[in-house]
Amino acid sequence: MTGQPVRVGVPTWIFFPAVAGAAFVLLPLVAIVLRTPWSRFFDLLGSQASQEALLLSLRTSGTSTLLCIAFGVPMALVLARTSFRGQGILRSLVLLPLVLPPVVGGIALLYTFGRRGLLGETFEVLGIQVAFSTTAVVLAQTFVAMPFLVVSLEGALRTAGQKYEVVAATLGAGPTTVFRRVTLPLVLPGLASGAVLAFARSLGEFGATITFAGSLQGVTRTLPLEIYLLRETDAQAAVALSLVLVVVAVLVIGFARQGKASL
Amino acid sequence: MTFEYEATVADRGVDLAFDIAPGETVALLGPNGAGKSTVLAVTAGLLRPDVGRVTLDGRPLTVRGHRERDLHVPPHDRQVSLLAQEPLLFPHLSVLDNVAFGPRSRGDSRSGSRAAADQWLREVGIEELADRRPAQLSGGQAQRAAVARALAADPKLLLLDEPMAALDVAVTPALRQTLRRVLAERTVVLVTHDALDALLLADRVIVIDGGEIVDQGDSSEVLARPRSRFTAQIAGLNMIPGTWRDHAVLTAAGMRVEGHPGDPQPHEGDPVVAVFPPSAVSVFLDAPGGSPRNALEVTITHLEPHGGQIRVRTAELSAEITAQAAAELDLAPGSRAFFVIKATEIAVYGT
Amino acid sequence: MRRRVSITTAAVVLAAVAGCGSDGADGAEGTGVEDTTLTVYAASSLTATFEQIGEEFEASHDGVEVELNFAGSSDLVAQLQEGAPADVFASADEANMEKLTAEGLEGADPVTFASNTLEIAVPPGNPAGVQGLDDLAGDDVNLVICAPEVPCGAATQKVAESAGVELSPVSEEQSVTDVLAKVTTGEADAGLVYVTDVIAAGEDVEGVEFPESSSAVNVYPVATLADSENADLAQEFVDLVLAEGGQSILQDAGFAQAP
Repeated sequence: MTGQPVRVGVPTWIFFPAVAGAAFVLLPLVAIVLRTPWSRFFDLLGSQASQEALLLSLRTSGTSTLLCIAFGVPMALVLARTSFRGQGILRSLVLLPLVLPPVVGGIALLYTFGRRGLLGETFEVLGIQVAFSTTAVVLAQTFVAMPFLVVSLEGALRTAGQKYEVVAATLGAGPTTVFRRVTLPLVLPGLASGAVLAFARSLGEFGATITFAGSLQGVTRTLPLEIYLLRETDAQAAVALSLVLVVVAVLVIGFARQGKASL
Repeated sequence: MTFEYEATVADRGVDLAFDIAPGETVALLGPNGAGKSTVLAVTAGLLRPDVGRVTLDGRPLTVRGHRERDLHVPPHDRQVSLLAQEPLLFPHLSVLDNVAFGPRSRGDSRSGSRAAADQWLREVGIEELADRRPAQLSGGQAQRAAVARALAADPKLLLLDEPMAALDVAVTPALRQTLRRVLAERTVVLVTHDALDALLLADRVIVIDGGEIVDQGDSSEVLARPRSRFTAQIAGLNMIPGTWRDHAVLTAAGMRVEGHPGDPQPHEGDPVVAVFPPSAVSVFLDAPGGSPRNALEVTITHLEPHGGQIRVRTAELSAEITAQAAAELDLAPGSRAFFVIKATEIAVYGT
Repeated sequence: MRRRVSITTAAVVLAAVAGCGSDGADGAEGTGVEDTTLTVYAASSLTATFEQIGEEFEASHDGVEVELNFAGSSDLVAQLQEGAPADVFASADEANMEKLTAEGLEGADPVTFASNTLEIAVPPGNPAGVQGLDDLAGDDVNLVICAPEVPCGAATQKVAESAGVELSPVSEEQSVTDVLAKVTTGEADAGLVYVTDVIAAGEDVEGVEFPESSSAVNVYPVATLADSENADLAQEFVDLVLAEGGQSILQDAGFAQAP
């Protein structure tokens, strides 16, 4: 086609607040880049504490993403494909960590899995100590990241609809086969972008972790905790590590966008 | 060994009962909202009727509100396949794996189900498309693949929900021929709007309107002598039954109609039907001499406006001409005239 | 924790607003001489005591409002270095005060006004039976301390080194508050915090004193700031902190006199 489509319904003045809004979001990122001590950048990243924090973050975020998939996929399916009394309320409650301050999440987890918590004694009897362990970090991350996966997957399931599932059933496929061979493959892009978002949220998790898991190098001190602590002594190192998180976040969002595009 | 259906779905106002003999294809005809889809949904196990009993080969599939215990066999366990308007091929699987889906779900080995799928693709004439993705198929090809997939599941009962409604008219005749071949000897419920489908694919027609059966019987009889307005409407096609003799249709009255035989070619002496739309008919007051065309002498029974045209009716046939032509010919009920149809406009099918 | 964040945020916003309007604000201030605001930046561990001292100061100075901004000493220094307007700064350690004096931001030389020592905080009933610093060495006690990067952590490190005890904490927290929270919830069997924190926590924790604590005495310095617009008033506030009124409030909270 030749010719240029005419812009309709976008008044010119709208660009000013739009650009201002974009600048508001982007300028702080630019500021981080400008403040990064490039001459020492790789030395700062190479420190034992930074590396352990980065590795711990990647490890725990990976694990929590897997947990989110293991529990979030069934939850999304139940929410999208069934109806029962109180489902709306249940959905809102399950999505609560999205809007809850992470510190509150941390306190809630403490009273659940802590030594004196709801389930703490059960774990104690089983010989599992959650407090101050890497497990606690994973629990905190899973708690805050799960809704991202559930929301994104439930949306994908609703968009995909049930017609392919009906066809599969009339071809003789039982519910498990339908789920495995039809439902899951069809929503794979939605699942992928949900998992990426969950991973990103886990990576950035701070409040719940510091409240619930504590902070010890190599065990519970993830990258955001390390950055927060470094500010006390070496602000430049904190900036360098922050930039690493920014880069990871940009990559993750790019990946999630690509997943969406292929939908 | 019969399919027995009897069910009431109150909120859709559908309450009907019918049986289908093994190997029989029954066409469900009816206007939109008549209850055809409800019948398919109840049969496939996607909808529970308020009261009803559906059995296949003596095995109860759905029982509700009867003396025996209520029962609902889930869709995957009914051996009832459903083919809809849209092919709904699984987009993430190749054509071959789509067709192999049924056998695989039944527990066949991967290679076994692929071999069966290959067989079915050949049967519907698209074996060369086995490795394609559904997105790379044309509408007609996709529907063929969907037919193969439904049959590969080896259903005891096949449900077809307007299988050609979403297709380009250019590809429907070929697909219809294919369906005619693969549906023979199968127990099938075919929902359609198209009289030609009913005539060519079904042994029997059930006409539904307002949630109940208003007409039923042998396909060509019901369509030739419509008892409901809807049947008359959809049976708007002209149909002349006869016998295939010397490359033409010989009617009982001894009239010879030349047409265009479909695939498979009818054999000498086969019962056949010549089918053509009213718009293919030209009307003359005198017999056109020396023309290769079919000229049928008729007595006009009535004239009626029909979508900007004039529908000229006789006892068995109808023609569609412009108002101007009707005025020039000065037609009126009781007039004698000739209906002239080019041989290329007439389709001939075995019945 | 939440409270600290909100107070800090408010201060930053105020600072930003004040910074923006400082050029044209003189005239406006001239019309409203009645009320003078004295801004005091103080370490979080001084929250309860400085609120009391502030009230006392307001009671003896008509038309003066004391605005207190509590945060970690290093956060406060960072804000002051960025030009936040304040009249008085009270730090929880000398290191952070030195950062300030290194840039010549102080009005008068800093004076030490209190000191604090470490104590072992344990949950009520002392479930792990901690009697002294030696008991914290083993793996069987869930010990939580401050990270060495923050002042209370530096003090902890110093005490442990001079006592020759190898501590094996399960967590190194960002602040005393975080350490205390882990003890009050019972997650930790013991935490190393300041005497004042144990007193402030009331019945939620019990304190276990240990003699080695004397090797790391934390000294609190206070100074007026060079940019203060109420230098005299600021000096009077510092004087109150050093006078008997201020000192008795501090000592009630568990602070020791400055050495």
